[in-house]
Amino acid sequence: MNDLRKRYLGEIAGAADEAALERLRVAALGKKGEVSLRMRELGGMTPEERQVAGPALNALKGEINAAIAAKRTALEDEALDARLKEEWLDVTMPARQRPHGRIHPVSQVTEEVTAVLADMGFSVAEGPQIESDWYNFDALNMPDHHPARTEMDTFYMAQAAEDDRPPHVLRTHTSPVQIRALQDCGAPLRIICPGRVYRADYDQTHTPMFHQVEGLAIDRDISMANLKWVLEEFFSAFFGTTVKTRFRASHFPFTEPSAEVDIQCSWKGGTVKVGEGDGWLEVLGSGMVHPKVLEAGGIDPSEWQGFAFGIGIDRLAMLKYGIPDLRAFFDSDLRWLRHYGFAPLDVPTLHGGLQ
Amino acid sequence: MKFTIAWLKEHLETTAAVDEIAEVLTDIGLEVEEIVNPADRLRDFTLGRVLKAEKHPDADRLRVCEVETDRGVRQIICGAPNAREGITVVVAHAGTYVPGIDTTIQVGTIRGVESHGMMCSEREMELSDEHDGIIELPSGTVGERFIDWLAANDPSKVDPVIEIAITPNRQDALGVEGIARDLAARGLGTRIERPIAPVPGTFASPISISIDKDTIDGNPYFAGRVIRGVRNGPSPAWLQQRLQAIGLRPISALVDITNFFTYDRNRPLHVFDADKVNGNLRVHRAEGGEQILALDQKTYAFESGMMIIADERGPESIAGVMGGDRTGVTGETVNVFVESAYWDPVTIAHTGRKLKINSDARYRFERGVDPEFTLPGLEAATSMVLELCGGEASHVVEDGAVPDTTRAYRLDPARCSSLVGMDIPAKDQRTTLEALGFAIDGDMAAPPSWRPDVRGEADLVEEVARMASLTNLEPKPMPRAAPGVPKPILTPLQRREQASRRMAAALGYSECVTYSFIDDASAALFGGGDEARRVANPISSEMTQMRPSLFPGLLQAAARNQARGFTDLALFEVGAVFHGGEPEEFEILIAGIRVGATGPKDPHGERRDVDVFDARADAEAVLAAAGAPARTQFARGANSWWHPVRSAKITLGPKITLAAFGELHPGVLRRLDVKGRAVGFAIHLSAVPEPRAKGSTRTALQISDLQAVERDFAFVLDANVEAINVVNAAAGANRSLIEEVRVFDEFVGGSLGEGKKSLAITVRLQPRERTLTDEQIDAVGKAIVEKVSKATGGVLRA
Repeated sequence: MNDLRKRYLGEIAGAADEAALERLRVAALGKKGEVSLRMRELGGMTPEERQVAGPALNALKGEINAAIAAKRTALEDEALDARLKEEWLDVTMPARQRPHGRIHPVSQVTEEVTAVLADMGFSVAEGPQIESDWYNFDALNMPDHHPARTEMDTFYMAQAAEDDRPPHVLRTHTSPVQIRALQDCGAPLRIICPGRVYRADYDQTHTPMFHQVEGLAIDRDISMANLKWVLEEFFSAFFGTTVKTRFRASHFPFTEPSAEVDIQCSWKGGTVKVGEGDGWLEVLGSGMVHPKVLEAGGIDPSEWQGFAFGIGIDRLAMLKYGIPDLRAFFDSDLRWLRHYGFAPLDVPTLHGGLQ
Repeated sequence: MKFTIAWLKEHLETTAAVDEIAEVLTDIGLEVEEIVNPADRLRDFTLGRVLKAEKHPDADRLRVCEVETDRGVRQIICGAPNAREGITVVVAHAGTYVPGIDTTIQVGTIRGVESHGMMCSEREMELSDEHDGIIELPSGTVGERFIDWLAANDPSKVDPVIEIAITPNRQDALGVEGIARDLAARGLGTRIERPIAPVPGTFASPISISIDKDTIDGNPYFAGRVIRGVRNGPSPAWLQQRLQAIGLRPISALVDITNFFTYDRNRPLHVFDADKVNGNLRVHRAEGGEQILALDQKTYAFESGMMIIADERGPESIAGVMGGDRTGVTGETVNVFVESAYWDPVTIAHTGRKLKINSDARYRFERGVDPEFTLPGLEAATSMVLELCGGEASHVVEDGAVPDTTRAYRLDPARCSSLVGMDIPAKDQRTTLEALGFAIDGDMAAPPSWRPDVRGEADLVEEVARMASLTNLEPKPMPRAAPGVPKPILTPLQRREQASRRMAAALGYSECVTYSFIDDASAALFGGGDEARRVANPISSEMTQMRPSLFPGLLQAAARNQARGFTDLALFEVGAVFHGGEPEEFEILIAGIRVGATGPKDPHGERRDVDVFDARADAEAVLAAAGAPARTQFARGANSWWHPVRSAKITLGPKITLAAFGELHPGVLRRLDVKGRAVGFAIHLSAVPEPRAKGSTRTALQISDLQAVERDFAFVLDANVEAINVVNAAAGANRSLIEEVRVFDEFVGGSLGEGKKSLAITVRLQPRERTLTDEQIDAVGKAIVEKVSKATGGVLRA
């Protein structure tokens, strides 16, 4: 028996491949294998003999099986190693292309602004870009002769000869949406109105189309101090750093009192940094909604009051992301879009951050 | 509005420095746009004394001077004839920039002799045109800064100029006096009252004035008088300097006087040459068509209703806007008629706008000057004319009456807290308003005549708050409108816009924001370009039409990028397109285009030209992101800017078009300079129906443990049979078993012959109750072949 064991274990260890292993298994453990034949002989033995030979044979069978299994694994490992060596690949070759589209800064910043102000209870209202003279001017306390009208560089729509209405305009600001929202929703009301606006002006810092977001909060006891809080909270969340504001008296036909708002900033090496230093940068106009504007919106000014503000979205984007030229916003230069654009899944949220 | 500090100090006693004045102006709503301080660029010039001046050994006209300066005795070569011993001069040391010659002085050698600086003339420091010699100062000590000497001895030369922006409500700040009043009310000094004494006339005015009855609303009051025997020479230096400092050209004493009062007291005046006026002056409405050559040498035609000041000959002035040339004053003028009138702001605004005249007079009258100052303004001007030009004044002639502007509003001190959020004691509120000229009577505040903008309680609050300074405003938290977690605020359409935008970017498109107005030709290519959508006053021929589609902007962007060398492009835009010229005639779309190849060349061989099926995949992905249902239909017959047979609409039933996709029409691309083919999609975001189920619960998931079976079929068909018909027919063979039908191969022509194609489909059978037997599978197969054959004429490929 020992001979048998020694021989088979030796041959298994030396088997060259799977086929040799199989042959050895059949020779030892197959129906007519040496070990099997020996086991068949057990029947003819005395009980005493059998008691010795039986377990020994069984042990031998188990040992051979285990040796074959171990060898098989070893052979497989070798074969795999050999295959892996052959599968050498230059992994520095270029990857397969994946799409990389970008979100325009105007959209991104609009969503950022919305995320902050939605948390303060403002919803998003929209309105038409071709606007009637009444909504764009009269309802905002700018009657026909008002000097502010001429200062707005308004685009007018062509008009049919028989049309005796004042010509429609391309809205010069998002403020007409205030009126529409007041008419539709009444008070109390908190809305922002982002969107395109138009002024007939084109130079280094002006484009005939740009983007504004209007804010409006109407309630029974909202004051300019609330406006200052909302704006400081907004700017701090938007820029990701505490931003102080400075209010300066000003005038807009649709607010009374009115204020220009500056944000704190520094000017180092030709770049503006918001939220530090002792400089001030004018960024928006605001004020308490003029009683006539409330009336135009169908709201009783003796019962309701509130604030409104308007800020440039493109301007916010330029400030926050250091984008130098407004005109490039509308040029669709792929290099610009890739550089200043945002990844598709970079959705601004308050909990995830706006930076 | 420009003024100088010295001019301001004629009306305000103050010790405040320029910077402080500027800061306060901005804070109270008179925003400073620019401060020009002439002293800034003369800071480095100092006084010196010439100790010795000798002829240059090698040049007859030059002198070698020893000059005592703050840096010791310096040798300076000078060519001025007056350079001589003992005079006090202005020295620019080496390193000093001299603005008049745009040069920084350096140590140099002139004909063999070193020169360490320069002695300057007035012109070299841009103080005047004087260049006959170097400055000789009558006083001053060596080393003193020249600007300090100027400030003490000739302050107008270093008088800082401030320019402020005027908001439409603050016409009163269009006069230096009004600015001073504001600053005094803030506590920055004391106003200097300049009472105006009436000038008694010595004779009856030979020219009288009348206002037509139908014109009295446009010209409520007109005053004037003749001054005879004037000499209209140049005005005195002080007046010329005042005007020059704010950018006005001195013309003659009479004209300068009117300009002075325009800026000093916001009181525009006009002076007629009385000898050129025929008869009396009459203010009347134009019938339309009358013409006048105005002072700007342009001829204007009046429209009906505009106001004219006329004499017997005809129009002599565009009332309140600009005088006429014929009766204008000249150097020879000896008798004048001085006009001071109050014009209705609305009428002036209309006239000025229609005639496109931007004059100082229009600018002020349309904002509303102080009607009460009409006569005082005339008296003040008379005094100055008599003083500067001599002559003799007539009695005043007038017509109409100063309009009554008295009104009062309740001053509720609590309103300031409620509206602004600042607590200002009632007493202080009253003091502020009184300083601004309001008359307080009990709890009523009456605005002064120069503040037509004050029209209600809120305006009183504004005055009080801006004087108290809004910089003192403390932020106050605004409570949430409702307690707890904020509700979602986006509308379904807004969510759709965001989701589809981000999906398009995820698919590889870059978002563009293109102008809403495009050129005529491009608009016409996309169904626009009509009169209703035309911008009446475009700033460029590229921006004349409100876009009927997003494609022109995107395709033009593609062309621009191609020109820059980028050929593989995927661009999209979300935004409004305009179906007409009325406010409600717009719609929000998302559209994308792909041009060129799928990407740059790569070793994986994946680069290929983009095609219609890219566009379709993108359209379907974006539609899905926008929440459109999965089951949609296709229809041919998309709009004319699509390739006629390589495009389709995606519809929901016969009525709703959700989207279009395909190849853009090559003719359109050619006209827009786009090279190669372009494919794209456009989705009507508002056409996507809102989800029917309101709750968030999904329907229960039904999956079978039984294995699905797939079988392939290939049909030979006419080449123009559409795959969808094959798919639909196959799917209809057994709706309960067939889960999916997929086209996986197409083969056209070849051995099949001309006009034939083979289409291969995979049909997936999903048993629900028990495993399918071969017989069952064969039966379904047979049914599929029959259905397809019946619907399309296709036969199973052998």
